[in-house]
Amino acid sequence: MKFIKYFIVGLVFGIVLTKSEAVSWYRIYEMFQFQSFHMYGIIGVAFFTGLIGIQLIKKYKLKDFSGQTIIIIDKEKGSFRYWVGGLFFGLGWALVGACPGPIFILIGAGFYPVILILISALLGTFIYGVLKDHLPH
Amino acid sequence: MEFIYQTWTWYYSGFIIGLVMLSLIYFGKTFGMSSNLRTLCSMAGAEQFADFFKFDYKSQFWNLIVILGAMFGGFIAVHYLGDASNVDLNPKTITELSHLGFDTPNGKLAPDAMFANTVFQSPKMILILIVGGFLIGFGSRYAGGCTSGHAIQGLSNLQLPSLKAVIGFFIGGLIMTHFIFPLIF
Repeated sequence: MKFIKYFIVGLVFGIVLTKSEAVSWYRIYEMFQFQSFHMYGIIGVAFFTGLIGIQLIKKYKLKDFSGQTIIIIDKEKGSFRYWVGGLFFGLGWALVGACPGPIFILIGAGFYPVILILISALLGTFIYGVLKDHLPH
Repeated sequence: MEFIYQTWTWYYSGFIIGLVMLSLIYFGKTFGMSSNLRTLCSMAGAEQFADFFKFDYKSQFWNLIVILGAMFGGFIAVHYLGDASNVDLNPKTITELSHLGFDTPNGKLAPDAMFANTVFQSPKMILILIVGGFLIGFGSRYAGGCTSGHAIQGLSNLQLPSLKAVIGFFIGGLIMTHFIFPLIF
């Protein structure tokens, strides 16, 4: 049952995101209006925690649970795709107040209209895959 | 134990999210929710339409288990850990939202105007959910990641591409809330 650990990580993730209200459409709107520090605090602390963790991992060449040295792959170099992809994503994120993780979490929480968001997100991913070679990266 | 039912603070929540990411790294994986969208497309047969979906999606099974866990997490948090005092927004936000036609939180995570089952009867809201979802699905794959992969893991790993993506996310979000919302709501 090696997958249990992933389920537990997901469970914790789902609970924290819901209790911190990072999945809340209201909180995303409030964030983009700069009317609360809350969301910036969450992202900032997560980033900071990750930063320290990853720097320790690299400095001490720490090993993962299977004994292999942890290597975190760099993101592909580029510019246009990050700016423009980011822009499209941001428009959607603000419009429906959710990004991929929260989409699943909100469905679990009982917000069934989010299923429409999910289906449409899958469609968006599909269309990207089909058009990819014709898009500037 | 009262604090469990209240809104969890940003410093506590952000720290746990950081630990979630580090746990996945410790398990030899990465923190990235949007790749699940690609995996689901591949499982549904999208590889017949584009090479992008031709990959060993069984290797991503662990990530599908993570989101399954996350769905359960959402269920548990809402049904067993909720409180009417939650989603305590800035009063200015509440006022602005009511001018746009959005109901006050009263402890709800999302407005009825967009997320109650009644929206299935509103063509406008259905269109908004579809457009929003499409932008998220298309944009996250184009940018190669979403808030988990770029804003949290990417920035923690000091990746310049992630900084560009995150700035893009923000500009998009600001354009939507400041310029487009007043036009559509």
